[in-house]
Amino acid sequence: MERIQSFEHLKQFYESVKYQTNMRLHPLNQAPDFVQLPEAYRKESQKRHVMVCADTGCAASHSIGIADKLEETIARYGLQDQVIVVKTGCFGLCSQGPIAVVHPERIMYTQLKAEHVEEIVRDHLRDGHYVEHLLLGAREGAPTTLYDNVDFFRNQVRIATRNCGVINPASLEEYISQKGYLALGKCIQEMTPDQVVETVKQSGLRGRGGAGFPTGLKWGFTAIEKEEQKYVCCNADEGDPGAFMDRSVLEGDPHSVLEAMAIAGYAIGANMGFIYIRAEYPSAIRRLLSSIEQAKEAGLLGANILGSSFSFDIELRLGAGAFVCGEETALIASVEGNRGEPRNKPPYPASKGIYGKPTVINNVETLANICPIILNGPEWFRSIGTERSPGTKVFALAGKVNNVGLIEVPMGTTLREIIYEIGGGIVDNKQLKAVQTGGPSGGCIPARYLDTPIDYESLQVIGTMMGSGGMIVLDETSCMVNIAKFYLEFTVEESCGKCTPCRFGNRYLLDIMNKITSGKGELEDLDRLFNLGETIKQASLCGLGQSSPNPVLSTLRYFRDEYVAHIQEKRCPAGVCTDLLQYHVVPELCIGCTICAKNCPVQCISGSLREPHVINQEACIKCGVCFTKCPKKAIIRK
Amino acid sequence: MACSSLQSKFQELDHYIDTLSISDKGSALIPVLHKAQTIFGYLPQDVQAHIADRLDVSTAKVYGVVSFYTFFTMEPRGKYNISVCLGTACFVAGADAVLKEFEKVLQIKSGETTPDFKFSIIPVRCVGACSLAPIVMINDKVYPRVKVSEVANILAEYEE
Repeated sequence: MERIQSFEHLKQFYESVKYQTNMRLHPLNQAPDFVQLPEAYRKESQKRHVMVCADTGCAASHSIGIADKLEETIARYGLQDQVIVVKTGCFGLCSQGPIAVVHPERIMYTQLKAEHVEEIVRDHLRDGHYVEHLLLGAREGAPTTLYDNVDFFRNQVRIATRNCGVINPASLEEYISQKGYLALGKCIQEMTPDQVVETVKQSGLRGRGGAGFPTGLKWGFTAIEKEEQKYVCCNADEGDPGAFMDRSVLEGDPHSVLEAMAIAGYAIGANMGFIYIRAEYPSAIRRLLSSIEQAKEAGLLGANILGSSFSFDIELRLGAGAFVCGEETALIASVEGNRGEPRNKPPYPASKGIYGKPTVINNVETLANICPIILNGPEWFRSIGTERSPGTKVFALAGKVNNVGLIEVPMGTTLREIIYEIGGGIVDNKQLKAVQTGGPSGGCIPARYLDTPIDYESLQVIGTMMGSGGMIVLDETSCMVNIAKFYLEFTVEESCGKCTPCRFGNRYLLDIMNKITSGKGELEDLDRLFNLGETIKQASLCGLGQSSPNPVLSTLRYFRDEYVAHIQEKRCPAGVCTDLLQYHVVPELCIGCTICAKNCPVQCISGSLREPHVINQEACIKCGVCFTKCPKKAIIRK
Repeated sequence: MACSSLQSKFQELDHYIDTLSISDKGSALIPVLHKAQTIFGYLPQDVQAHIADRLDVSTAKVYGVVSFYTFFTMEPRGKYNISVCLGTACFVAGADAVLKEFEKVLQIKSGETTPDFKFSIIPVRCVGACSLAPIVMINDKVYPRVKVSEVANILAEYEE
């Protein structure tokens, strides 16, 4: 791309490309009036755009190969002047991947395989008929044409993920066509740093990484520091297992994060930024590196951005698999090349951060909200969401829900809307038991709070937290004690070991949990869990330890009966905790085929041919082989 | 032969260190370790000492960082690295049973390598592809929605 010399030049460039991607935003019935549009758009619009999701999720089911095959086949049918194929970011409906969307018809094809490509090109792209059996919903008997009319899409408001699924993230030109870098230009050219900070303050934007601290205040604290050297740091160490919104934004819209970091740099007076990203996200890393190069070549990063006196550079720092590095002070230690151990606050990073210099640290999703706020104004942002939590939140919806994927909804949306409308309900129509939010630092929300509007405060009241937005849906087959134990195992492993309450306390907490799930618990253990958990929360050094008992404490609060069943009846109500399970043969169903006895690794099943068999409970190791091998389902687990 | 290939690996690492644009050498430690692990496959003592020397930091500091982060390994790994994702979505979908099956079939524990250096099992906390839970990766190949009963078949793909 050409080098952009000034804000004026950038605006001209935007005018010249702005119609390139617009077609992908407007539903057919609301498409802009073609007659009014300049020649460029009409020319571009004669082409169909086939958007193929190339995000890690879809790519794992071979979407890249499908995109390549589409291009080949399109060329073979001689349609290359009429159709372009675009590899784009996440549409959000990951459980239906790989996904491709055809514009301007707004047709979504789902669960694609390479063998479907020929059909799509021939029937749809050449002959103009939809391929009915691949349409969104076709497999459930409800094929849909205008895809954004279905509940999953209709109920979302996309700000942070606005460009995911809309642009080709590898193209700076396409990013600019969606007003990319205009916010940075506006800040540099038309606003003072103070005005930028003030705008973010007024928007009410709060940190999307966990605690919800007001972003504008953070910027303000760093801006007033008198140091010559300051830093901006983007926290892309998405550690919550089960959350992937940051990865999706970085892969699907990398420039929006780079642009926002430069705006933060302008606002606080920093000329250098770091992105601290997990090494587990190789494609996001590649995308960021090439985007930084692109932006530098175009004069949108680096020295004298847009011909102004403002310079800003960005470097990547890779994590190496340590959850604690999501904590600000541990992250700083890691960026500096040390063990990622947290330290006491204050001093806060705003005054002493990376290399001891004032540093503003923002999470990926927080930064992805900045440019729209600058362009549309703080009032616009405040008009979305709730009074104390304006804007939207991206959630990674996973677990026992039908539509697993990435969603963005206004703050204040209820869990019921998220799970039953957007999420399409529980898998196999089972009963919802709870929703886990906030990952290893959060807690669970029992089904009775389905109508609670979700924002930072309301989640705290019911004993959990927003966290980074992982949302794990649990049904009747999930054991709450086991889930709490899972998170605790995670924190025990990830505790950096610096402070005793976290290092020792969590291990002891886990010992008690193991005792309970193996049937050796006693009722007094519940008090021990509670007291120890509260102590760890109060006495730990950093956010990891201070929140690590939350999964135990919140399940103890809402699902005490499950703990009691494990302890008193030596029974796991959900049938998950192996030590408490027993396998039994139902004599009425057993045909005496001997398959179970033959497959049992410890030979604990006895019985003669064509006679009901019996499992010796003393010798059984509960491996479940008999349960899966029985042709008559005569073996039950209880 | 083995010696010269080892030498060229050190040369490659030195070349990388020379081209680093990071001003403070100490803060380059983690990127350098990433690079070294890509080149050598693991981080044995002599590689750590070499890095300490080149970056002007103590070997103790290098060892401290290597032992802190789970991504770094001081043991050589197998030809095929099996990563069973243990993120929450995968766990809820039964990833622990899948992991146990791999451990049972290969007769090694998570984090270990088979004696013939063919397979290693590496625990992973979430690869961020929760819609495919439970997910297993063997080197770069992704196996979505893995069932316990499929484990043997998956491993059979790597028979030589």
